[in-house]
Amino acid sequence: MSDQNIALTVKNLKVHFGGKKNIFGRKSNTVHAVDGVSFEVPAGTTFGIVGESGSGKSTTALAIMRLVHITHGEVTLRDTALSALEGETLRDARSRFQIVFQDPYSSLNPRKRAGALVREPLDLMNIGTPQEREAKVAELFRQVGLRPEQRVLFPHQFSGGQRQRLGLARALSTRPELIVCDEPVSALDVAIQAQILNLMGDLQKKLGLTYLFISHDLGVVQHICDTVAVMYLGQIVELADRVSLFTNPRHPYTRALLGAVPSVYGKKRDRRNRVRLQGDPPSPINLPKGCRFASRCPVAEQQCKEAPPMLETHSDGHKVACFLSGHELSQ
Amino acid sequence: MSDPLLAVSDLVVDFQTRAGNARVLDHITLSVNEGEILGIVGESGCGKSMTALSIMGLIPDPPGKITSGSIKLSGQELVGMGVDDLCKIRGKDIGMIFQEPMTSLNPVFTVGEQIAESVRLHEGVSAKAAQARAVDMLEAVEIPEAAARANAYPYQLSGGMRQRVMIAMALACRPRVLIADEPTTALDTTVQAQIFDLLQNLQDEMGTAIIMITHDMGAIAELADNVAVMYAGSIVEMGKVDNVLSHPDHTYTKGLIACVPHLSSSPGPVRERLMEIEGVVPALTDLGKGCAFAPRCNAVLPRCSSDKPVLLATQENHLAACWAAEAEMAE
Ligand SMILES: Nc1ncnc2c1ncn2[C@@H]1O[C@H](COP(=O)(O)OP(=O)(O)O)[C@@H](O)[C@H]1O
Ligand SMILES: Nc1ncnc2c1ncn2[C@@H]1O[C@H](COP(=O)(O)OP(=O)(O)O)[C@@H](O)[C@H]1O
Ligand code: SF4
Ligand code: SF4
Ligand SMILES: [Mg+2]
Ligand SMILES: [Mg+2]
Repeated sequence: MSDQNIALTVKNLKVHFGGKKNIFGRKSNTVHAVDGVSFEVPAGTTFGIVGESGSGKSTTALAIMRLVHITHGEVTLRDTALSALEGETLRDARSRFQIVFQDPYSSLNPRKRAGALVREPLDLMNIGTPQEREAKVAELFRQVGLRPEQRVLFPHQFSGGQRQRLGLARALSTRPELIVCDEPVSALDVAIQAQILNLMGDLQKKLGLTYLFISHDLGVVQHICDTVAVMYLGQIVELADRVSLFTNPRHPYTRALLGAVPSVYGKKRDRRNRVRLQGDPPSPINLPKGCRFASRCPVAEQQCKEAPPMLETHSDGHKVACFLSGHELSQ
Repeated sequence: MSDPLLAVSDLVVDFQTRAGNARVLDHITLSVNEGEILGIVGESGCGKSMTALSIMGLIPDPPGKITSGSIKLSGQELVGMGVDDLCKIRGKDIGMIFQEPMTSLNPVFTVGEQIAESVRLHEGVSAKAAQARAVDMLEAVEIPEAAARANAYPYQLSGGMRQRVMIAMALACRPRVLIADEPTTALDTTVQAQIFDLLQNLQDEMGTAIIMITHDMGAIAELADNVAVMYAGSIVEMGKVDNVLSHPDHTYTKGLIACVPHLSSSPGPVRERLMEIEGVVPALTDLGKGCAFAPRCNAVLPRCSSDKPVLLATQENHLAACWAAEAEMAE
C-alpha cells in the first residue's frame, strides 16, 4: 500500500502517568498506560482496538486526539505530525480529527441546544459564514438520521441512541479525516446499537471516513473493523486483518478473550470445557520483566518470564507478540 | 406436580408518575424450580429489575405498588406479608445480586464484616461463627487469600472481586432462590465468564434456583434452562432456552437475536447490514390498547393496534404473545 493511502500512523506511542521523582532522581509508581504502541490505519477503513478494561485503549485514543500528554512516540495524520503540534497550530489542526465517546450524555453540554452543540466545532474553528453553518447543521442532522427541527431541543430530550447520533453529527461537522470512537455503542441497548452501527457503516461508505474504533465487545469489533489490534497492559499483543484474527487467533490472550464470549449458538454447559483466564491483569505500575501476560497465560514457559516477546510479523502479515506462536515468521 | 419453588402469577405493579399511571409490570407469570436457571432478557426499561424488586419486596411504595397478583415461595404467599416477615425471607430464602456491587456494599465496613453481619442477622449465630462463615464464603467464591481479603474494604478490590463478594454475601445464608440483576454487565467478558462458572458451580452444589437478568442472549444460551423475554412490562415470549433462541416466535425476540453482531470463527462480510428494530421502547404511561411492540414491528397485522396479544402456547413448552405468531400457527 502506498504511503498516501495511510490516514493515521502511530509509532512507538507511550503514555505514562504519575511517576514522582524520588530522592535519587528515579521515577516511582509510574503507570505505563500505553507502552510502545505502533500501527497504521489506511484511509477509508476501520481499525479496531480490543482488550480488557485498563489495557490502555482509551489512553491511546486520547493521545491520538492530543487530549493527554504523549510521553514518547509519534502520531501522524496524513503528512502532519500531530504529536509535534502545539498551541495555535494544534488548534487549527483539530478540525481534521474528532472523537465520539461512549456516553454521549456526559460529553454533551446539557445547557446547550442540540443545534448549537453540533455547530460548536464550526464556530470554534471559524468555518464558513453563520448562515452556512446553520445550513450545514441542518444537513448534518439529516445525515445522522435526526430531523432538523430537533435542533432546538436539549440533550436530555433525546434518547441514548439519538444522543449518540448527535455525537456523530458533531464529530462530522468539520469533515474530519479521522474519527476516533471510544466505545461508541457500549452504553446502548442492542436494538439501538444496531441502528448506530449501521449508521456508522453508511456514513463511512458515503463520506470515505476513517475510523479508529475502540470496544471491548468482540462481536461488534468483528462486525465493523477491517483490521484489529488486541491490547494487553499497554501493548499490542496481536494485530491482523479481521478474517485472519478471528479465524486464526494466535496469541494465547486473544484466544482466551474469544473463548470468554458466550455465544447465542452455544448450549448450556458448553462453557465448562473452555480454558478460563484466571484473575485480573497485573498492575501497570509494577510490570513483569518478561511477557506481561505470563502470570495468566495457560501455556507460559520459563523463557516467557525472562524477557518480553517482541511483536513479530508472520509471513501472512499477521503480527503476534508471543514466543510460542512464532512458527512461520518472515525473515 | 408439586408447587414450583418460586411462582409469580398475574403480578401487576403500577407506579404513579407525573405523566400518569405507569403499569411497569402487566400480569407477569413465571416460575422457577430448585436447581434451575430462568433467564430474563429485554431492552432497558422493560421491567426486568422491577420483576426482581417485586420478588424481593423492594418496590418503593410510594410511588410504586403491587396492584394485584401473587408471589409464592414454596407455596407461601409473599404479597401482602408484613415488613418484618418479609425481611426475614429477604436475604435468608431469597438473595439478590445487583449490577454495580459498589452501590450495595457499604464502603466503610470490610467485606468480611458485611458478610458476617448478614449471616448473624438471619441465623442468629455468634459473631465469631459468622466471621468464620464469611471467610468460608469468600473461599467458596474463589477469592484468593480469603482470610486476608475479608479485611479489605470494597474500594480495595477490583470490579470482579467486588461482584464475587456480593455473591458471597447473597449466598452466605444459602438462599433457595438467587436473583442476579445484570451481575456482569459492568465487567469484562473474561471476568464475566469466571462469574458465570462460579454461579453454575455453586448452583450445582447448593441446588439454588437462579433468576438471571441480562441483556446478553449469549449468556442466556449458555447459562439458562428457560428464558422469559420482556417488553414494556409484559412477558412476550417464554420457554426452553434452546427452543426460544433457535425458533423464536415473537417478532421482538427475533429482532433481539438478529440485531446483534454475533462473534463467529468464520466471519461474514465486514459491516454487513445488521437487522434493525426501529424506534425505542415506549413510555409506560401511554401504552395504547393493542400490542406495545406494534410501532416497531415489521410484521404488524390489523388487529395488533386494537387487541393486546396474550401468551399462547406456540410450541411445546413455549409461549408467545404475538398475533402474527398465532396466525402462523393457525395456517
Ligand atoms: N489520568 C490518569 N492517571 C493515572 N492513571 C491513568 C490515567 N488514565 C488512565 N490511567 C490508567 O491507565 C491504564 C489504562 O487505562 P485506559 O486507557 O482507560 O484503559 P481502557 O480504556 O483500555 O480501559 C489503567 O491502568 C488506568 O487506570
Ligand atoms: N421510581 C419510578 N417511577 C416511575 N417509573 C419507574 C420508576 N422506576 C422505574 N420506573 C419505570 O419502570 C420501568 C421498568 O424499569 P426496570 O424494571 O428498571 O427496567 P429494566 O430493568 O428492564 O431496564 C421503566 O419504564 C422505568 O422507567
Ligand atoms: S510469550 Fe509466553 S507467557 Fe507470553 S503469551 Fe506467549 S506463551 Fe504466554
Ligand atoms: S402482536 Fe402484532 S405488533 Fe405485536 S409483535 Fe406480534 S405481529 Fe407485531
Ligand atoms: Mg476505556
Ligand atoms: Mg434493570
